[in-house]
Amino acid sequence: MFGDYSFGDLMSILAMQGFAGLILFSVFVLMALGLAIIFGQMGVINMAHGEFMILGAYMTFLTSHIFQTYIPVFYSGYFFVAMAVAFIVSGAAGLATEWLLIRHLYARPLDTLLATWGLSLIMQQAFRSIFGAREVGVELPDWMMGSLQVTDTIEVQINGLFVMGLTLIITGIVAVLMYRSRWGLQVRAVVSNRIMSGAVGIDTRRVDRLTFGLGCGIAGIAGSAFTMIGSTSPSAGQLYIVDTFLVVVFGGAQSLLGTVASALTISQSQSALEFFLTGSMAKVLTLLIVIGLLMLRPQGLFVLKVRR
Amino acid sequence: MSSEKRSGNILIPTRRELLVGAAALSASATLPRLASADAPSTAAVNTTGLAVTDSEVTVGILHSVTGTMAISETGSVEAEKLAIDQINAEGGVLGRKIKFIQEDGASDWPTFAEKAKKLLVQDKCAAVFGCWTSASRKAVLPVFEQYNGMLYYPTFYEGLEQSKNVIYTGQEATQQILAGLDWVTRTQGSKTFYLLGSDYIWPRTSNKIARKHIENHLEGCKVLGEEYFPLGNTQFNSVINKIKLTKPDVIYAIIVGGSNVAFYKQLKAAGIDMSKQVLLTISVTEDEIDGIGGENIAGAYACMKYFQSLDNPNNKAFVEAFHKMWGPKTVIGDVTQAAYLGPNLWRLTAEKAGSFDIDKIAAASPGVEFKGAPEGYVRIHENHHLWSKTRVGRARLDGQFDVVYETKDLVEPNPFPKGYQ
Repeated sequence: MFGDYSFGDLMSILAMQGFAGLILFSVFVLMALGLAIIFGQMGVINMAHGEFMILGAYMTFLTSHIFQTYIPVFYSGYFFVAMAVAFIVSGAAGLATEWLLIRHLYARPLDTLLATWGLSLIMQQAFRSIFGAREVGVELPDWMMGSLQVTDTIEVQINGLFVMGLTLIITGIVAVLMYRSRWGLQVRAVVSNRIMSGAVGIDTRRVDRLTFGLGCGIAGIAGSAFTMIGSTSPSAGQLYIVDTFLVVVFGGAQSLLGTVASALTISQSQSALEFFLTGSMAKVLTLLIVIGLLMLRPQGLFVLKVRR
Repeated sequence: MSSEKRSGNILIPTRRELLVGAAALSASATLPRLASADAPSTAAVNTTGLAVTDSEVTVGILHSVTGTMAISETGSVEAEKLAIDQINAEGGVLGRKIKFIQEDGASDWPTFAEKAKKLLVQDKCAAVFGCWTSASRKAVLPVFEQYNGMLYYPTFYEGLEQSKNVIYTGQEATQQILAGLDWVTRTQGSKTFYLLGSDYIWPRTSNKIARKHIENHLEGCKVLGEEYFPLGNTQFNSVINKIKLTKPDVIYAIIVGGSNVAFYKQLKAAGIDMSKQVLLTISVTEDEIDGIGGENIAGAYACMKYFQSLDNPNNKAFVEAFHKMWGPKTVIGDVTQAAYLGPNLWRLTAEKAGSFDIDKIAAASPGVEFKGAPEGYVRIHENHHLWSKTRVGRARLDGQFDVVYETKDLVEPNPFPKGYQ
């Protein structure tokens, strides 16, 4: 396959392929972050995670419309406003979900699985009723499209760079919140021993609610960012959910670092395999690798010591 | 009917609608009298106990309006309702108004089979317009054959099927593939191809046919790569790099669903310029472009039998009626048009057979001509598929297509192509 190509050609492809792997990595981290902090903190697997992402995507769609219709002057910057709106709306929906649904089911973790799955179906049908069954196209301002010409043969996608930057910022914020804020301290205390944390005066209910809201809000931002690379339709959340679970489970439930490491492993092996094999085979092999590693380390890559 | 079309929206008719309704009312006072005078007796047109009365005939509409496939099937439902509306306005079929029962397949294949059985056994529908994916058609096929129903199936599909109980109003694979490939090698001088597809039966069968045609029938042409992606795949950067490396003359893409949107957005972001790179697809219609965004796909070629922009009187009237019923922003894709053919062909067949009996409809179908089709003249073949033209359109920024080529004659449907399997 490489016989006819010059060394320069191959190098630039290698560079672009490396960049493709990095984009995939950022996408995975962004998808999984919200789910990981919820799962890590409360042991709740939020099956509706994908739908919270799509909620964010629809908010982006609405914001873009509003900007186009009422304030076209600021259109080129609408995306930042859209992400904020997505975070607030998805986060608020998350808080409401926790209050109405999840908190009644803490004693029954398996039932939360079923309840959030039901919620995901309800949300999908709600999107369908409100926005229509067809896909909506989210337009991007011109500066976010196309690619940067780095050298003659190397091109770097602008929206890829954008996603990477965004992932870096969000991960940074979450890390600071987790390890440098009072709320983060409480979260970590609840994770390692829920009963004792309650006994020393931490309002575990409140911590739970905020965590769930934050997780869903981040999902909203992710959904907003993914309008650049994917589709926005009522059931599009389903496209992301499998990969998201994979990243979270593989990374180990309670660890931010684990999520990042697992996203890195999966994305790099997948994008490298995709290049040498075909798309479907790459997926199969990636899954096999993950299963193999999980057999060796059932808790995932990184595990916190938790007292039960 | 006028409240039907606004399902989910405001139910109050506007003044304009009221006026139209009133006009229809006064017209219907004169029309049906004429029609029912000519109408043959129920005993004569219905010897097998279908749901046919002296004034009404019941048909079924079976599509997904919930679940993942609702995105694609919505257009078909709209087209079928429009066709039924129009036929009723013209006096119905054999002097009888069409009444439809709509069932939701819910994007779930066993549900399709169950609802099909309900429509045939319980409702005794004289015809059913429905299904979209091959999987749903395969699920209902045994039901239609067992209970002897008639299905009008609108989607272009992989072929390799033929049934007495189904009329395929979309193209089978060879009708959609061969003429497009011939055209691209002839006019663009293309020699090398890269085949892409979502990983299921339709893209795989279609690419198999495309590869055979490229390798065996097109002088000096070859396939550089062939690749499949899981349904719902959202990351295409690796394959885009491979395309950049191998530099094919033509990217031949059969990617479906949400993946489609991701693919074209990433292609655009990676700087692949469709004014220089030829991309030919058989899976993107005006419906899909709605989600992809015209700016991401402008310049690509699609091979279909119908485009909304077709310039002929039938199509003008069709597009106008469609927009009047479903809103001026609704786009009409290839399958939507094929779905519109269903009720019309069934009506013509019933009138030719002089009966609603399934066996007589099946027997009378071959040779039925529909001159008013938006795509132009079509005719039913012995094998229950349609003779129709193949066209190539080039996507514009506004999400419509410029028709750049159409076959001179109707292309014969050939669901079991020899030498292509």
